[in-house]
Amino acid sequence: MSDLTMDMAGISDAPRPLLPLSVTGLRLSLGGDAVLDGIDLRLTAGGCTVVMGPNGAGKSLLLKALHGLLTPDAGEVSWNGTRAPAATARQALVFQTPVLLRRSAAQNLDFVLRARGGDRGRVVELLDHVGLADKARTPARRLSGGERQRLALARALATDPEVLLLDEPTASLDPASTLAIERIVAEARDRGMRILFVTHDTGQARRMADDVVFLHRGRVAEHAPADRFFPTPSSQPARDFLAGRIVV
Amino acid sequence: MQDLAESLSLAIALVLSGDADLIEIVALSLRVSLSATMLACVLGLPLGALVAIGRFPGRGAVLVAMNALMGLPPVVVGLLVYLHLSRSGPLGFLGLLYTPTAMIIAQTILITPIVAALARQALEDLHSEYAEQFRSLCLTRMQTVGALLWDGRFTLLTVGLAGFGRAVAEVGAVIIVGGNIDHLTRVMTTAIALETSKGELALALALGIVLLALSFAVNAGVQGLRVSAAARGAHV
Repeated sequence: MSDLTMDMAGISDAPRPLLPLSVTGLRLSLGGDAVLDGIDLRLTAGGCTVVMGPNGAGKSLLLKALHGLLTPDAGEVSWNGTRAPAATARQALVFQTPVLLRRSAAQNLDFVLRARGGDRGRVVELLDHVGLADKARTPARRLSGGERQRLALARALATDPEVLLLDEPTASLDPASTLAIERIVAEARDRGMRILFVTHDTGQARRMADDVVFLHRGRVAEHAPADRFFPTPSSQPARDFLAGRIVV
Repeated sequence: MQDLAESLSLAIALVLSGDADLIEIVALSLRVSLSATMLACVLGLPLGALVAIGRFPGRGAVLVAMNALMGLPPVVVGLLVYLHLSRSGPLGFLGLLYTPTAMIIAQTILITPIVAALARQALEDLHSEYAEQFRSLCLTRMQTVGALLWDGRFTLLTVGLAGFGRAVAEVGAVIIVGGNIDHLTRVMTTAIALETSKGELALALALGIVLLALSFAVNAGVQGLRVSAAARGAHV
């Protein structure tokens, strides 16, 4: 086989990037109620998309549907032609309440690296990256809320995801922990990782967002670049939300 | 009351005297029941884990069967094993009847459903906590089973204890397949049955007290493991 042919083979074997993401007519019902009601969305590569909206708007469910954890009743989620579960394996989701194994912090990371065929020597590097180097041997469930969430973030990063989905990762955390997590996420974004970040904290959204998807009653009320969304939201629910009014 | 006091002093005297026959019987009891418990754990824990995480047609029937088999009558198990191991049975050529191995086989069959059913319940609860995270991490079925067994190991110790308790207290199966042969297949429970039938109630009660003490010792040992692990935070 010539060098050129080998190179061509190498190119054809490389997986296509996951972005752009195309969501069309996504519907999801739980207990007979439509919680996602015809979502259409297109996300391109790079940056951090913040998903905002009032409680019950469907933010977390949208994230899980995009990640392949929930099967929609109708519609399609296509990651540049790739669908779950193949797409799921190339993403990582950090849940609002992290579920950690009943092991030490280091063993939690080692488990994921071993399961996903990663380099197990990265455990120390990952712990150091999220500021938990001194907690390597501490049982994960004895870490503080902020430390647990940072460990969950390290576990997500251990899988080298192309897309990192975060479901209100700083809800109920103190400001220092929130800042630490935002810094880690911002670094990941700067390295080229695509971020989808769910939050209902307007301040956090302003700090993190390159673009904003505003959900209301299971629908996309607005999708706009952050520098346009915050000063001049075009939808009434988003205007009310940003003005601090109660949005039902 | 007099019998009980006499038995207690006899039991203490038996233990303190280091009676060779008693030690032999105790050792065989432990060997048979601990071997059966280990085998039942090797078979029953992964089976329980697989059923805990599996969603398949007929799962409800499998659960009913697993739970029902927890109440297997020991004499029925003993009889079935006897029929298979007897000279005219399909496994008669192995020459295992009336050996400790036959007793281990019978007890393993008896307690594997207990281990599997209790493990299934314990691991299903744990899996309901982990399931979404594991799906997000795209773990294989075997990786999931391995993680559940490891993380649930301290709960599963109690499951193993339940199996051991059933095995060490069982008499019906081991007396059928073991034959209660002195110096070969006589264990605590079959010895107690024999002494009772001979009218040696004090000795039977004394052996019963030793059996109880053994059971307490094994349980205390496992509890010690759990407490030590909890102190280290290993299963928090």
